[in-house]
Amino acid sequence: MNFEYSEEQKMIQQAAKDFAERELLHDVIERDEKAIFPTEGIKKLVELGFLGMMTDPKWGGGGMDTISYVLAMEEISKVDSSVAVVMSVCNSLVIWGLETYGNDAQKEKYLRPLATGQKIGAFLLSEPEAGSDATSQRTTAEDKGDHYLINGTKNWITNANSASTYIVIAQTYPDKKHKGINAIIVDKNTPGITLGPHEKKMGMRSSDTHSVMFNDVKVPKENRIGEDGFGFTFAMKTLDGGRIGIASQALGIASGAFERAVKYSKERKAFGTEISNHQAIAFKLADMAVKIENGRNLCLKAAWLKDQHLPYGLASAMAKQYCADMAMEVTTEAVQVHGGYGYVAEYHVERLMREAKLTQIYEGTSEVQKIVISRTILKD
Amino acid sequence: MSILVFAENWDGKFKKQTFELISYAHALSKSMNTTVSAISIGKVDDEELNKLGTYGASKVLNVTDCRLYTLDNKTFTMAIAQAAAKENSKIIVFAQNNTGKAIAPRVSIRLKAGLASGVIGLPTSYEPFTIVKKTYTSKALANVIVKSDVKIITLSQNAYGIVENPTTANIEHFSPEIADTDIKTTVIEVNKITGKILLNDAEIVVSGGRGMKGPENWGGIEELAQILGAATACSRPVSDEGWRTHEEHTGQTGKIIAPNLYFAFGISGAIQHLGGISSSKCIVAVNKDPDAPIFEAADYGIVGDALKVIPELIAAIKELKAN
Amino acid sequence: MKILVCISNVPDTTTKIKFLNNNTTFDSAGVQWIINPWDELALTRAIELKEAHAGAVSEITVVNVGLPTTEPTIRKALAIGADKAIRVNLDPKDAYTVALQLSEIIKKDSFDIILCGIESSDYNGTSVGGMLSELLDFPSVSAVSFIDIEGDQLKLKREIDGGQEIIGISTPFIGIVQKGIAKDARIPNMRGIMMAKTKPLQVVEPVSADLYTDFVSFDYPKAKASCKKVDPDNVKELVNLLHNEAKVI
Repeated sequence: MNFEYSEEQKMIQQAAKDFAERELLHDVIERDEKAIFPTEGIKKLVELGFLGMMTDPKWGGGGMDTISYVLAMEEISKVDSSVAVVMSVCNSLVIWGLETYGNDAQKEKYLRPLATGQKIGAFLLSEPEAGSDATSQRTTAEDKGDHYLINGTKNWITNANSASTYIVIAQTYPDKKHKGINAIIVDKNTPGITLGPHEKKMGMRSSDTHSVMFNDVKVPKENRIGEDGFGFTFAMKTLDGGRIGIASQALGIASGAFERAVKYSKERKAFGTEISNHQAIAFKLADMAVKIENGRNLCLKAAWLKDQHLPYGLASAMAKQYCADMAMEVTTEAVQVHGGYGYVAEYHVERLMREAKLTQIYEGTSEVQKIVISRTILKD
Repeated sequence: MSILVFAENWDGKFKKQTFELISYAHALSKSMNTTVSAISIGKVDDEELNKLGTYGASKVLNVTDCRLYTLDNKTFTMAIAQAAAKENSKIIVFAQNNTGKAIAPRVSIRLKAGLASGVIGLPTSYEPFTIVKKTYTSKALANVIVKSDVKIITLSQNAYGIVENPTTANIEHFSPEIADTDIKTTVIEVNKITGKILLNDAEIVVSGGRGMKGPENWGGIEELAQILGAATACSRPVSDEGWRTHEEHTGQTGKIIAPNLYFAFGISGAIQHLGGISSSKCIVAVNKDPDAPIFEAADYGIVGDALKVIPELIAAIKELKAN
Repeated sequence: MKILVCISNVPDTTTKIKFLNNNTTFDSAGVQWIINPWDELALTRAIELKEAHAGAVSEITVVNVGLPTTEPTIRKALAIGADKAIRVNLDPKDAYTVALQLSEIIKKDSFDIILCGIESSDYNGTSVGGMLSELLDFPSVSAVSFIDIEGDQLKLKREIDGGQEIIGISTPFIGIVQKGIAKDARIPNMRGIMMAKTKPLQVVEPVSADLYTDFVSFDYPKAKASCKKVDPDNVKELVNLLHNEAKVI
């Protein structure tokens, strides 16, 4: 066992921290309020190579490990989860799946521009009637010999507008249920694709989320990832990794709120002393610190297992469920520590609290994580 | 034996700091039973040179070589080292400003002299020669022993103050031996702002931070500076946002200043900012946030909106000046 | 052209400064070490010059005088974009020692542009660049806020009181740089961090040197008296205090 980060991991952590504080912090409140996409922030994120940070350098990526990814996600999420979610979707959902299951031609054409950040990706799984339950896909990809014809609607798609490359999960053989599902790479500018309006969200308001409609969208067969009918397994494997990203995001939201609460409690005075000297506040901070440490260890454990090529589905589900729920608790307490100031935008913690809520919902709700966890631990 | 002061001028007039250096050197000379010589380089008239006597210089070496009208580190070093040899100087005093920083280290090597930079007062002991200097960007002080026979000191601004010690300065023309080939830098262009008070030389500085809300609100700061004869400054976020030029940025990585009076309007007082202003004699802070760290460093504070306080302050000072 | 950037390893600028052993030793417990901010800006500008004048600037080397513990800081400089690094294996005790070690490194190689930060945020000596210039008998320009290559000449901007001077100079020379030389220090990117591992970091043993100065102990600046608060509705009172009590206006 070794709890020490490597020199490189520390450097990545610091780079992510510097990036977030220098490039994101100054306008994060305004972008959240006005729901403005972080175009400049993403440009810098790309320059720094965070979008394909774990991809093999032979495809233009950074070749970093998952531990580094957790550290970077945490630092960026401390400041701006709308940027962190772009990073998580690209790294964990789109790029990882393509790199692991795509063929060389697909990698050359689609992975390289994604790993170098020239293009942004989106992962289209959720549907109006199929959120965390991925088996009941209504979107169809009809086999037309040399191409698929895609029809249907996808919901809550992160990066829907900013992405150029979609990975679409769709049903080819409805009678085969989840074994008839395929994952297909689709260029966003293919005729027949339209976007719904920008969703007006509670938090992460500057990330772009839309529904995406497919109306007779023709996609060449060569764009299918893996064997015919591999789509459901593909989606599940991808989500296992995705959970590490979102767990780290939740961790960052919590630790960002915690750091602000600590700082505030040491500055703000009440009854003649800094409020951190009042046990009511000090104990809150102690509870928050323990929870964050737990969450961080769960994230790092899942990342470590993934880096060792050991099974990590259970660990990532635990990390995601715990960190998301923990982030909700910690941010709520951070607002409380701030009192009235916590309720106004200027002090950031109310925004972090709104952001935390989403981590309990997307990429598998906390309840779905508990299904994954309980099924795994109860399996004979 | 003597103490030598590099008497820097700006447009032919000695800087306020130069008189402080002479005053300081005079105090040193009394403890060491010696006299103060000064070296002036550039175009300075006799009336101005005589002023050095007022603060305690008994001799002024006047270098008027036109090749040295602009600063060239190497040749200035040669001139000062030659003057030190001629005057048998044991201590050479510079200001801890851009010019001092440029030349003092070179002179120290040329004369094999130990250098104490950013010194804040007279030696605490002469044997061994021990002196206090700023370290960790004013967050700490170091007691430094200078072991060499010849010693070089660069004095922090406002560390000693200006003290009159009326003396008759004997002005002597001095021509250091410098070959044309020694001059390696060419000043192509000079852009000087004239008619404005220099931030580093100002007795009073009026400074604004993010709490000023935007560059359009700087009118009050400029007006206040004008009636006080003050220079204007700003915090780092303000210069980073481009509300004010980088030249106004005061703080650890910007200008480090030590005026008699520093006004901080809407500046929260990040540790890096305090590092650049904490040597000011008197600090006045106006900030909406009662817990802003600037109040820890301030002598006087108003918890309130800088934008509301400034006009009232202008009115009150005008009234004071009128009486 | 070959550029050498001299970097110093200093505590992060937000560090609370504490001392041990009767105030004789800096307490480095829990301290995060960084590239001295001025040196980091110098390095950033050197990299910008190499990118802008791909043919003219062939290589950027960083040099540090420090013990093995400074290597993470040196690796960061390599991650940002320096091509190679040299570490002189010595715990630096004063500016002269550092300048002397650096001069030995420079004598063994040929660098055209040597950049130093105007000061370090630990000892605030503001001396290494100047001392180094004199040891090598190189021309130096201090308080440089801009540098660019124009043919075989360099164009610099020097900050002077109330303005700037534009200066022309030939190589080799020593530029002692201040804020403004680059807008922001670079954040290393993933590729840079990956490559930093494999870039050469040469360790050189120091030459012996006599110390001219001795930092015997440290003190904390005197705590300020507490701030006197004035009612925001009584600005006149503030003016009164400044005039009669503090006597500053």
